[in-house]
Amino acid sequence: MRRLAGLCLLATIVVVLPILFPDNYYVTVVGVTALLHAILAVSLNLLMGYAGQISLGHAAFFGIGAYTSAILTTRYGWDPWAAIMAGLALTGLVSFLVSRPILRLKGHYLAMATLGLGIIINIILVQGDQLTGGPDGLGGIPTLSLFGWALDTDLRWYWMMGATLLGVVWLALNIIDSRSGRALRALHGSEVAAEMMGINTTAAKTGVFVLAALIASLAGGLFCHQQSFISPDSFNFFFSIELVTMVVLGGMASTYGAVFGALILTLLPELLVVFEDFEVMIFGAILMLMMIFLPQGLFVGLQNLVLRWLNRRRSAAFGAVGE
Amino acid sequence: MNVRKILTTLTASLLLTLAAGQAPAAEPIKIGSFLAVTGGASFLGDPELKTLQMYIEEINAKGGVIGRQIELVHYDDGGSPKKSVNFAKRLIQKDKVDVIVGGSTSGSTLAVMPLVDRAKTPFISLAGSVKIISPVQYWTFKMPHTDAMAAAKIYGDMKQRGITKVALISGSGGFDKSGRTQSLQLARQYGIEIVSDESYGAKDTDMTAQLTKIRDTDAQAILNFGFGTGPAIVTKNVRQLGIDLPLYQSHGVASKKFIELAGDAAEGVRLPASALLVADMLPDSDPQKPVLLAYKNKFEAKYGPVSTFGGHAYDGLHIALEAIERAGSTDKAKVRDEIEKTRGFIGTGGIYNMSPRDHLGLSLKAFKMLEIKNGNWTIVK
Repeated sequence: MRRLAGLCLLATIVVVLPILFPDNYYVTVVGVTALLHAILAVSLNLLMGYAGQISLGHAAFFGIGAYTSAILTTRYGWDPWAAIMAGLALTGLVSFLVSRPILRLKGHYLAMATLGLGIIINIILVQGDQLTGGPDGLGGIPTLSLFGWALDTDLRWYWMMGATLLGVVWLALNIIDSRSGRALRALHGSEVAAEMMGINTTAAKTGVFVLAALIASLAGGLFCHQQSFISPDSFNFFFSIELVTMVVLGGMASTYGAVFGALILTLLPELLVVFEDFEVMIFGAILMLMMIFLPQGLFVGLQNLVLRWLNRRRSAAFGAVGE
Repeated sequence: MNVRKILTTLTASLLLTLAAGQAPAAEPIKIGSFLAVTGGASFLGDPELKTLQMYIEEINAKGGVIGRQIELVHYDDGGSPKKSVNFAKRLIQKDKVDVIVGGSTSGSTLAVMPLVDRAKTPFISLAGSVKIISPVQYWTFKMPHTDAMAAAKIYGDMKQRGITKVALISGSGGFDKSGRTQSLQLARQYGIEIVSDESYGAKDTDMTAQLTKIRDTDAQAILNFGFGTGPAIVTKNVRQLGIDLPLYQSHGVASKKFIELAGDAAEGVRLPASALLVADMLPDSDPQKPVLLAYKNKFEAKYGPVSTFGGHAYDGLHIALEAIERAGSTDKAKVRDEIEKTRGFIGTGGIYNMSPRDHLGLSLKAFKMLEIKNGNWTIVK
C-alpha cells in the first residue's frame, strides 16, 4: 500500500502541474526534459542502486534506441512505433550479448568496461556517417502519433513522457518488491552470500542489465521523435556521467530518489542561468554541499530526516503518557 | 554541466542612453542567441558572443535601430544540440525574441531549424555545414561559407595549375567529414580524380602511414580537409617524408595558430580563407577592405587577435538589424522577407546577395586563395 501511495503522489504532481501552468516554459519544455531524464535515472538506478552494478555507459543504450528508430523512420520509412520496437529489440540483443562478459567484472573493472562500451557506441555513431549522418546528426525525424493525435506540441509530449515515467516507476517498484528484486538487493550486499542462499546471480545480473538497457532504449526512441533531430553529442560519455550523478544525488536504491535527482539536475542549471558567469561554480558548490551534508542522497537523506523527526515526536508523546 | 547564460550589456547601454540625454523610447528590440561559449567549440562561440555584445553596445549608444534600443538575450549551449533545442524554445516562448542570431555549431543549428520554422521566427545561423541552406528552409539563413565552397575554390585553383589527380586525407571530426563528402562529390565537376582517400583520428599524432600510401599513388597534389592539430601534423609529415607535391589545406586552418604549429613545413601550403585574415594586404579598391579593417581594429583593441568566426556574428547581427530597419518594425514575417532581400551587404565574410533560393548569398569570390610564405599569408593572384 505504501508503495502505491508514493506513486499516487508522483502521478498527482505530474498531472496537476501542466493543468495549473499549461503555458509555463518550466513545465512544458524543461518538464519534458526532466521527465525524460527521470525515466533514464530510474532505469539506471535499478542497475546501480539496487543491484550495485555501476555503469558509466548507460547513454549508449539510450543512443541505440534513438538512432535505430531515427534511421528506420527517416531512411526506410518505417512507422515510428514499429521503429521504436525494433530499437528495443536491437538494444535487448546488444545488452544481452555484452552483459555476460561485462558483468563478470566487479568494481573499477566493471566501471571501465561499461565506459568502454559507451565510447565504442559513440564512435560508431560518429563514424558510421552513411547511416547515422555522422557528427552533423540526423534530422527530419517524424513525430509520434497516438490514437490519431499527433504529438506536435510540447504539452502533448509532456503527457506522453509523464505517462511513460509513471509506467516505468510502477514497473521498477514492482520489480524491487518481488522475489527477483530481493535477489538483486542480496546481490548488492554480498554476491558470495547471495549465491550461498541459492540465488542465480548471473541470471539476476543479466536480467536487470537488459531491463535497464531496454528502458533506456525506450526513452531514446521517444527522445528522437520528440527532438526530430539527433546527433552523437546527446549520447556521449558526459551524458552517462550526468545520469550517474542524478542517481547518486537523489539517493541510491530509491526509485523516487532517482526521479528527484533527475528533476534537480535538470531544473537547477535552468534556474541558475541568472547568475551568468558564476553559474557553473554555484552549481558545483550546491552539488558538493548536498553530498557533504546528505551523503545518502538528497531524497533519501531528507526522507530520513523527516522520519527521525516524526519518531522523536512520537517517543516524546509516549514519554508524556508514561509519566 | 556548463550551461551558462550571459545576460546582456543592457545595463551598460541603458546608462549610455541616459547619459546621452535620450529618453528610452519604445520596447527594446530583442535579439536572441545561443552560442557554444564553453566546451570544445568555445573557440567559435567566444568571439561570436564578444562581437555581438560589442556592436550592440555601440549601436545602442548611437540611439539603436528604428528608434528602439537593442537587447541581447544569450544562452550558452556548450555546443550541445540537445541544450540548444531547449534554449531556442526558451528564447521563443519565454523571452519572446524578435530574431535569433546564433548556433555556433552545425549540430546546434540543424537541431533548432524545425523549431524556428514552427515558431515562424527568423534565424541567422553562424555554423558551417551546407545542409543548413540546402535545401533552403524558409526561416533559416546562414553567414559562413560552406565546406562545398571551400572545396570548389581549391579545385578551381588546382585546375589552373593543371592538377587532375588528387590524394585526399581528412580527419574524423564533423567539419572534416563534411568537407570530405563535399570534396568527393565536387571532384568530377572540376575534372578531378581522387586517387586516394585516407583518414586519421582526432587525436592521432603521426600520419606518416597514410602519407606513405599517398606517396605511392600518382597523385599530383594532396588535399587535407581538417581542423585542429591534425592538419599541422599532416603538413609536417609531408615535408618529413620528402613528398614534393603541392599541399592544400581547408579554411579550417585559417589562423595564425596553424603556421605556428607547422613551422617551416607550412611554407608553400595553399588554402582558401575569408578576406579578414589578409585585410591589410587587400588593394584599396576592394570594397570589403574598410569593413574588414574596422572590425579587425575594433575587436583587437578590446579583446586580442581577431578570428573569422567573430566576423560571422558581425555579419549576422548587421544583416538582421538592417532588415529590421528596412521593415520598419519587428514583425517577424516582414523581417524575414527583408533578410531574404539582402543585396550588396558588405560583411566580413564577403558581399552577401540573398534570394529566395539562396539563403547564404555568398559567391566563390568571397574566398581568397592564400599561400603561406615566410610564415605569413600572401594572396595568390
